[in-house]
Amino acid sequence: MTTGTSQAEGSSTRAEQAGRDRSLSVSVAVEARGLTKLFGTNRAVDEVDLTVMEDEIFGVLGPNSAGKTTMLNMLATLLTIDGGQARIFGYDVRSEGHAVRQLIGVTGQFASVDENLTARENLWLFGRLQGLSSKNAHSIGDDLLEQFDLMKAARRPISQFSGGMRRRLDLAASLITRPALIFLDEPTTGLDPRTRSQMWDTIRDLVAQGSTIMLTTQYLDEADALAGRIAVIDHGRKVAEGTPSQLKTQIGTSSLRVQMAKGADTADALVLVAEVTRNTPTLSPTNSGFSVTLSDANEAADVLIALRNHKLDITSVTVEQPSLDDVFFALTGHTSETTIPEIETSKS
Amino acid sequence: MTATITFSTPTSRPAARTVNASVSVRDTLRQIMTLAWRALIKMSRNPEQLVDVTFMPILFTLMFGLMFGGALSGSTAHYLPTLIPGIIAMTTITACVAAGIQLREDMDKDVFDRFRSLPIARIAPLAGPMTADLARYAIAASITLTIGIVMGYRPGGGVFGVAAGVVLAVITGWSIAWIFLWIGTKARSAGAVQGISMMIMFPLAFLSNASSPSTAFRDGSRP
Repeated sequence: MTTGTSQAEGSSTRAEQAGRDRSLSVSVAVEARGLTKLFGTNRAVDEVDLTVMEDEIFGVLGPNSAGKTTMLNMLATLLTIDGGQARIFGYDVRSEGHAVRQLIGVTGQFASVDENLTARENLWLFGRLQGLSSKNAHSIGDDLLEQFDLMKAARRPISQFSGGMRRRLDLAASLITRPALIFLDEPTTGLDPRTRSQMWDTIRDLVAQGSTIMLTTQYLDEADALAGRIAVIDHGRKVAEGTPSQLKTQIGTSSLRVQMAKGADTADALVLVAEVTRNTPTLSPTNSGFSVTLSDANEAADVLIALRNHKLDITSVTVEQPSLDDVFFALTGHTSETTIPEIETSKS
Repeated sequence: MTATITFSTPTSRPAARTVNASVSVRDTLRQIMTLAWRALIKMSRNPEQLVDVTFMPILFTLMFGLMFGGALSGSTAHYLPTLIPGIIAMTTITACVAAGIQLREDMDKDVFDRFRSLPIARIAPLAGPMTADLARYAIAASITLTIGIVMGYRPGGGVFGVAAGVVLAVITGWSIAWIFLWIGTKARSAGAVQGISMMIMFPLAFLSNASSPSTAFRDGSRP
């Protein structure tokens, strides 16, 4: 028992230390400096600095295997931190893991609920583990099942659940103790559009109820719709950070793709488009068209009128929202899909 | 016991949060019992996991009793007093291996990540299933004993002696299971756990005078 007491005293000193530091930055939920994770020689997360303020939704945007999940798992004490420092509400993630775990809820990419139990049993289990009485665990669990529209399936085995239902149950399980900070790892990947927008509503509700959310996503539209601020991650490094509108002005608000008619001089068209939009158009892989980012979607008309006036015929035209690929291209100079053999397609 | 510090939160929070620096012994025990409950539910819904503590002891007892009885002790009836305690030890040790395999399977599931992200004692996800496994060892020992009694075994120790013997077997099984549990945390797959564990389990289980007379062992390996 004596050793137990001295250990507790040891952590209390650290906690008090953290308490002092915290008073300097009361409203910071996550603070990471030089966060690094090594898998062998691969720097999965490479010196990332992040600051997430309380009550905001912070989005981490990046393609598959950019290091988003690894970063989240480090912050959630699930992976050891190989370099740098991270604090959650002032508690050091490395040395005060137990304190950190009392403040966070984690919902992973794959539903982390027990397949052998029913939905109701799952919520009861996680409630009990977090110190609720059996009665409270049941009543809070039932409230959450109601809130997430799972009451009808409460007593069914999880193996019969659809993807959307699992995801909802998983999120419900993270909310039992109303954590101050919720980590959501790709909350809508693999969901159909309707379930996806339901999940968005749920996430917005959580923030309205006073939670801070840090989520990862591969979709720009999702980060755009939900996040107040976004960090863009590529190959483990943070390549940009800002509000969605800041990021979008960096890359233009939309992009125009034009396919030229046979015989039309594409080179002439490129010069003309560059004049009108004051942006450099990129030649399409087949050399028969181009795409250009527009700072304003109305510029599309200006481009088309200019082409018409110069008797440069086109066969098709599309105006698109910038995709994650465009963001990536603008920020890193390469596309997020490294597997597309661009040289091969240009030969056809 | 635990140092408690109050986490100052803005008034918009559901409640002011209390953050504990460590888990109290009482909370740890409760978490272990909760996870033992989970393991028992799992057992009851996957009864095939109980084959090694139900059919195996029956098979072992019948096989050894009928096959080796005559050779080792002249007759099956004479062999039973040696065989039954031996089989009880053997089946509990065999049943231990499952602890490591099941832990490995559990750790490979995403639900284990959730356990790790919760503010619970780090030992609880290991000790919970281990506590539930006590039931497995008790089943193995009881079934062996019952088969033995049906075959004509009349233990000399009386009810208390027999009960103490079963308890000893259960405690032994539980203690040895931690070895396999440790292998479970280290090995990469459930298959690997099984392979490594078998290597340790076989000498432990069969290097015994229940399967062969002590005189048949070479010096140094005699049990």
